[in-house]
Amino acid sequence: MSPRPGFVLEVDGSTPPTLFWDGEGFTLERLPEGSRIIYAPEPLDALKDPVGAIRHALAHPIGDSEPLAALLRPGMRLTICFDDVSLPLPPMERPDVRQMVIEEVLDLAAAAGVDDVVLVAALALHRRMTEAELRHALGDRIYEAFAPHGLLTQHDAEDPENLVHLGRTAEGEDVEINRRAAESDLIVYVNISLVAMDGGHKSVATGLASYRSLRHHHNPHTMRHSRSFMHAPSSELHSSNWRMGRLIKESGVKVFQIETTLNTDTFPSQFAFLQRREWEWTLKDRVTYAATAKALDTVPAKLSRQVFHSIRAPHAMTSVQAGEVEATHELALASVWRQQGVVVEGQSDILTMGLPYICPYNVNSIMNPILVACLGLGYFFNMYRGKPLVRPGGVLIMQHPTRPDFNPAYHPSYIDFYEQVLSETTDPNEMHKLFEESFATDPWYVHLYRTGHAYHGVHPFYMWYWCAHALEHLGRVIVLGGDPGAVRRMGFSPASTMADALEMAKDVVGPSPSLTHLHTPPILMADVQ
Amino acid sequence: MLIAERLAGRRFFVTGGTGFLGTALIERILRSIPDSEVVALVRPGRRSDPGERIARDILRNDCFARLRSELGEDFERSVASRLHAVAGDVSTDGLGLDAAGRALLASCDVVIHSAATVSFDAPIDHAVEVNLLGPARVAEAVALARAEGGTPSHLISVSTAYVAGAHQGETIERLLSEDRFSLNVDWEAEVRSARRLREDLEDASRLPDRLREFAKRAHDEQGASGTHLLAARAERLRDDWVRRQLIDAGSARAQTLGWPDAYAFTKALGERALVARHGPDSAAPVPISIVRPSIIESALAEPRPGWIRGFRMAEPIIISYARGLLREFPGVPEGVIDVIPVDLVVAAIVAVAARGPKGPKGAETPVYHVASGVRNPLLYGDLVQLVQEWFGRHPLYDEKGQPISVPEWSFPGRGRVQRQLRQATRLMSSAERGLKFVPFRHRQAEWAAKLEDRQTLAERALGYVELYGAYTETEARYRIDRLLELWGTLEDADRSVFCFDPAVIDWPHYVSEVHLPSVVERGRVRTSPTRSVGTDRETRLRRAVLSAERHLAVFDLEHTLIASTVVDSYAWLASRHMGADARVGFVADRLGAAPRWLSLDRRDRGDFLRSFYRRYEGAAVEELERDAWDLFHEFLLPRSFPAGIARVRHHRRLGHRTLLITGALDVVVEPLRPLFDDVVCARMTQREGVFTGRLAELSPIGEARAQLLDRYATEHGLSLDESIAYADSSSDLAMLEAAGYPVAVNPDARLAAIARRRGWLVEHWTRAHGGTSRLLPLGGLEARSLVIDRRRGDT
Repeated sequence: MSPRPGFVLEVDGSTPPTLFWDGEGFTLERLPEGSRIIYAPEPLDALKDPVGAIRHALAHPIGDSEPLAALLRPGMRLTICFDDVSLPLPPMERPDVRQMVIEEVLDLAAAAGVDDVVLVAALALHRRMTEAELRHALGDRIYEAFAPHGLLTQHDAEDPENLVHLGRTAEGEDVEINRRAAESDLIVYVNISLVAMDGGHKSVATGLASYRSLRHHHNPHTMRHSRSFMHAPSSELHSSNWRMGRLIKESGVKVFQIETTLNTDTFPSQFAFLQRREWEWTLKDRVTYAATAKALDTVPAKLSRQVFHSIRAPHAMTSVQAGEVEATHELALASVWRQQGVVVEGQSDILTMGLPYICPYNVNSIMNPILVACLGLGYFFNMYRGKPLVRPGGVLIMQHPTRPDFNPAYHPSYIDFYEQVLSETTDPNEMHKLFEESFATDPWYVHLYRTGHAYHGVHPFYMWYWCAHALEHLGRVIVLGGDPGAVRRMGFSPASTMADALEMAKDVVGPSPSLTHLHTPPILMADVQ
Repeated sequence: MLIAERLAGRRFFVTGGTGFLGTALIERILRSIPDSEVVALVRPGRRSDPGERIARDILRNDCFARLRSELGEDFERSVASRLHAVAGDVSTDGLGLDAAGRALLASCDVVIHSAATVSFDAPIDHAVEVNLLGPARVAEAVALARAEGGTPSHLISVSTAYVAGAHQGETIERLLSEDRFSLNVDWEAEVRSARRLREDLEDASRLPDRLREFAKRAHDEQGASGTHLLAARAERLRDDWVRRQLIDAGSARAQTLGWPDAYAFTKALGERALVARHGPDSAAPVPISIVRPSIIESALAEPRPGWIRGFRMAEPIIISYARGLLREFPGVPEGVIDVIPVDLVVAAIVAVAARGPKGPKGAETPVYHVASGVRNPLLYGDLVQLVQEWFGRHPLYDEKGQPISVPEWSFPGRGRVQRQLRQATRLMSSAERGLKFVPFRHRQAEWAAKLEDRQTLAERALGYVELYGAYTETEARYRIDRLLELWGTLEDADRSVFCFDPAVIDWPHYVSEVHLPSVVERGRVRTSPTRSVGTDRETRLRRAVLSAERHLAVFDLEHTLIASTVVDSYAWLASRHMGADARVGFVADRLGAAPRWLSLDRRDRGDFLRSFYRRYEGAAVEELERDAWDLFHEFLLPRSFPAGIARVRHHRRLGHRTLLITGALDVVVEPLRPLFDDVVCARMTQREGVFTGRLAELSPIGEARAQLLDRYATEHGLSLDESIAYADSSSDLAMLEAAGYPVAVNPDARLAAIARRRGWLVEHWTRAHGGTSRLLPLGGLEARSLVIDRRRGDT
């Protein structure tokens, strides 16, 4: 039986309550009759022979590229870059696609007699990965072969010695990337296109860049002009990355891009109900839901966090393509759409969503309030093509506990951002002008980013800029079940029940509003027509 | 002739000018008697000369606000020419006057002796020197001056109505020697005994057992805060002990002889000594008048209604009552509470001065009572009712902004009140002692400190009852026939200017409109429910700490910036390369050793660190250096207090120098270096790539920190007064004290108590809740990061 496509359900009297994620837990909410619920397409079938598919892709490149084997020769400098811990979500069961691809690349390199090979985790300004995370992404064999010799490195955007400035785009954007990569004879980039924004020129131009380079597109202006940043033709973020990518290519840096796509098989079998449509829940699903909800209610927050973060997704590869960057990306993008696209008719007054425990920036950690905002207003809000799911001036209701808790080792600058910046302003432009520079260049944050596992000092600003489009578009943001202090600090409104939230929303959008619920995860992209 | 005319141009010698009565007296003379001059005897201060003391302690008082506004710009010049200071002390023979001082005294016309130690619980030897011998010494100086041709013609000695003792019935205005009921005590024997007692007690306080007890108590209070501070504290405790014994001896002696306290007792003997030495029948007679006021309280009208100086007898009782601390105060409702406004006493003294030493009917040494009890009695029950009503209308507020309702008084006997209060005090004190030994931090420690505060208040309430109970229970009546006779001789004009007839007092008006508003205004209490006083103070302190004018901010590490200790760090490092089995053994071993470490740490931190760091013997330097980075990022940073880290950075932004002083090892501290301008930490010696387990120098802990800080500040040209020190434990007391702005961070119970007492800023910094945390500080449980090559910039 082939997987069913996405689906828009209209709520009527017989619709069972709908699952809302609530951070490290979930609730069932009854939505008003006439509301729409958007369900993701069911996971596509996995490739039957992933290794064979990888070998095939490497041997039959797309666009203007020779097969990988032909690009490899003895004595060359080869740098293999890969996406970091922010992908995929949740982390996938072993073996990770990166491991599978890189093993094939290394086999070809060995066969070709290449002995100068370095692996680089393309962190951009993300935190450095831990040994466990690297072992998980690459497999123990690769880890043991490279790490002890210092050949497995993580991109350091604050190491002037290891950066090279390649020039400026026509728009005046600095392009500064990892020196080892730039000075290699070949970069092989191994990507996971989990969402439509990933991959393409963004892989190298963002993943291997410095703050000096990133600030040209990670800013309020770009983000307000990316509608959405998930849809390339309407995304200023995309355009900027493409300008940079082309400059990288023109300056002689050779990139062999390998893009993989995954299906949306997000949760292991014990959590299967999380990706089923509620009216199709079996008795077992209902029992598991009740038992899980009850258990989560009773165990300490730290334990439930541990349980959730130990989830490994049974994601399976749905496509792999390699070759020239743009052509390869086009093909990967088509696979992403095939898996995630849902056609939706028109906008509504209110958009609701339940936010899960994880976003790209809190893998193995806690989701702090700024990341809550980023997941809801940055990611989920932007999962559209055409126009947003909610009308201009409409209301977004998102459910998450939004506790003002932070991981001091991973998100130190977030704490200060929350205390010092958000207490002064929530306007992306204003904070960009007043505070960004001092956080970005702060030596203590730089120290923690370079030597520990801290996100770069400027990262919380980027998370807030990610929300810029939504903040401009929406009339009000209501956080259901959110810590009132934290919610207000971010300029949102707290509500304790869905009924309250709806009443508050009516103040903004008027009586009898239309409502759409984004039932995600699994990830879906709304094609709003 | 009017009083002002009679006294015009006279020169007055006044003792006790910085006191409540003395200040009012000087103001009145300067304001109301034309061309008069005042020579004030002032104790030489340690820093200021008598002239400065007059300017600071007398003229700056709001008592002079009226005169200041009347004279305008002329005030300074006019006062400077009419008010002179002379250095001296009534507790020294010859008043400690130099030749110039003696000449100045000789040039005066009237001498008014109002100096006294009014504290009812002064040590007996001090009370004897000031209250007992003071009047006779002043008279002696006057006699000398007269013998050498000086002009003093009249000594007015201010005493107290309570010299009559606590006996019932009426007391008339006559010398104690003429009073059959007054016990004739050998005052010279009392002087000798008090002086000897001081010496005996000084000796007794130095007995080994007692010294050991002081040392133990100092340690209980401050913990391992270092030899110097502990010694200073123990010495203070010894001093306090001697003082308390002397106080106790004084009140016991007074009460045995029928006086309510040592004050009244020594004043009574003081009158006897004065008359014996310089009375009309003595070898060196001096013309003397004695003025005996009852309980002096705030002014009725002059210089303004409600004016009062110092926090005196009734005020603390009233405030304690209004704050709900004093639920009951002994006294009989029908009893008379003999209160007299200060301006009436001043006017009476001026009138006595104008009349001269000869009393009516030729009395040689006239005595004047200035008291209200007979002519216009204020019943204790009425006073209580007035106070109760007033606070019903104008309640004080507690720290949460809720009005405090005042208790109904049941007029119990003194014994019952004392018993209740003693029980409460004892209960709280044992609760507090218990708490000190529990290693509380944060809010719990604050609670302990608060309990201590409440205990202090309860103790104080008990003190009031013990001290002042006699005055509300007294059934004596002080007749004022002679005072009224003097009043009768006054012309109408004088009566309105120098009013001292107690009949003019309208008690309900005086209590509700004059006295209570003044007491509450000066009582530093919350009179409105708005904003907590505590928050304001905290904000103010924090602003001072974060002012650009400061120079240096010094931080302790463990429990100040990071919730961890050297023991945790060691455990983490030692266990990180262990297998699972070894780890279990290690945990068991560590748990077994913990009590020993804890007790060693309590006794002496230096010894503890020295012996603890032996455990690092043989550890490979390179490996430890490498592991320390993971220790920091995986264990210490998640346990850090983000607000503390932010504070260090805030200081740097303000341009302050920042310094970390810690007993932790340099390898462990290395990753923290970029946070500070400088780091002082412990260093271990190494041989052939392994650590020896021995420290290269004394560890920077305890008292050594204060010295380090001092040296550091000097070397960098920074001022310690402009420095801020952050620490969590009483063992850092020396460092905290050395800095101008000490900040107690998450203080332990001892430091919390000290910080509260001294009004230091207290910060409560917590760990971020979203960090990874483990019950035991074991390394290697989590996957380790790699890419060592990037550390310390040696790529």
